[in-house]
Amino acid sequence: MLILTCPNCGIAADETELSAGGEAHLTRFGAGSSDADFENYLFMRKNARGVHFERWRHSYGCGKWFHAARCTTTLEVFGTYPAQTTEPPAELIEKIKQKCPDFEGFSK
Amino acid sequence: MRRYSAFAIAREAARYHSGWERAWASPEPKSEYDVIIVGAGGHGLATAYYLGKNFGITNVAIIEKGWLGGGNTGRNTTIIRSNYLQDPSAAIYEKARSLYETMSQDLNYNVMFSPRGVMMLAQTEHEIRGYQRTAHANALQGVATEFIGPEKVKELCPIIELKGPRYPVLGALWQPRGGTARHDAVAWGYARACSDMGMHIIQKCEVTGVHRENGKVTGVETTKGRIGCKKLGMVVAGNASALADMAGFRIPLESVALQALVSEPIKPCMDVVIMANTVHGYMSQSDKGEMVIGGGTDGFNNYTQRGSFHHIEETVRALVETFPMISRLKMLRQWGGIVDVTGDRSPIIGKTPLGNTFINCGWGTGGFKAIPGSGWAFAETIAKGEPGELAAPFGMDRFIEGRFIDESVAAGVAH
Repeated sequence: MLILTCPNCGIAADETELSAGGEAHLTRFGAGSSDADFENYLFMRKNARGVHFERWRHSYGCGKWFHAARCTTTLEVFGTYPAQTTEPPAELIEKIKQKCPDFEGFSK
Repeated sequence: MRRYSAFAIAREAARYHSGWERAWASPEPKSEYDVIIVGAGGHGLATAYYLGKNFGITNVAIIEKGWLGGGNTGRNTTIIRSNYLQDPSAAIYEKARSLYETMSQDLNYNVMFSPRGVMMLAQTEHEIRGYQRTAHANALQGVATEFIGPEKVKELCPIIELKGPRYPVLGALWQPRGGTARHDAVAWGYARACSDMGMHIIQKCEVTGVHRENGKVTGVETTKGRIGCKKLGMVVAGNASALADMAGFRIPLESVALQALVSEPIKPCMDVVIMANTVHGYMSQSDKGEMVIGGGTDGFNNYTQRGSFHHIEETVRALVETFPMISRLKMLRQWGGIVDVTGDRSPIIGKTPLGNTFINCGWGTGGFKAIPGSGWAFAETIAKGEPGELAAPFGMDRFIEGRFIDESVAAGVAH
């Protein structure tokens, strides 16, 4: 069972307590943007094979959103961090790089 | 290729079965092919087969990083049906279903197609309306289905509990010519036929890079060296994003785990396929007697080919409600596959930003039933360079145009 620590309430929550929210740090495009940007925002996903930054909601707990960094090939969780950011914290990137030498860092 | 027949069995019986030949050859790759298909699962092999059969293109290699049919082709619950709401879906799935009817004869390989009937239970008022609508749509599409009442459900499947604790069975969408087939045999049969046409099936050969020149693919880099090609077909399901990444474009899908499990074998008790979408579970009985069970996908991106334990519990709980007699069955095996899910839960078949490269992916949780139709349509796309009638609606451009083939309600679970 996947266990993520919610950075909002500090509880180590089982995945049954959480809802997955998909890829994190998407740049939003709305009315007035180009078709390509809008398609990109709505449908195109990195679907990374390896390190994945994603959104989760602590649905059956505090109810708040947060971010997690997780490996999609091993299910290892590298860490969680608050939702109020547009990119992962530098120390988390550093930690992932030490564990995964192939990881090239976060990119939009 | 020596044909399989009753006579062949008699001949081999008379000589201690010493004359059976290998079903397909395992050659070393040539330096170049007219077409390379990446992925020797059902869809890839079917594509190669119809390239040869319908278009006479046989200088083809099918390359596979693992073993033939070892991905989702060997991991599904073998259900075949075509009772879809949207016209483009019904057309391609019905094409596939009708090809399954004669596949054993076409391939000279027993794929054990069993049109035992597929029943999708209606357990809410909303589902009754939805399935009645689908039955009417199917009538217009030429797909034989009907909406049946609970008495008929009980008659077709006596082990079902109509008055379950949460959701009573109120009716069902019944497709009498849906059913199951032996999934491995579908891959093996196509592989044998492809090999017989002179195509090369190259297993344990992983693609590690895609060579491009002037917006066209010139070949692929693999663990067995560089292999050149004039056209490239990508048919790698859950790994489609990774392969597209190597070729330098993105595709609108995400890979998630879908699980299945089988029970210990028991005597025949159920000769139809039942899908219960409200409670999230589906079940049929294999020819070996095992109850074959599937449920929903996990919610998060995953490449591990194993899923979350609580999903098994949810699925089994739902099925025990629907079939109380299975409550003491032991489960023998459980496994997962990585399915590629698009935004509208319909597949992608068509062109890519690279001129001579084509992609067939996004079959998500329902690819097995589509194998022959998908191969048929994708072979036409590769051979002609443009999608034909069956494939045209499934192009990737539908996402930018907002022209969805929205099967997400039907396919959110139990596809």
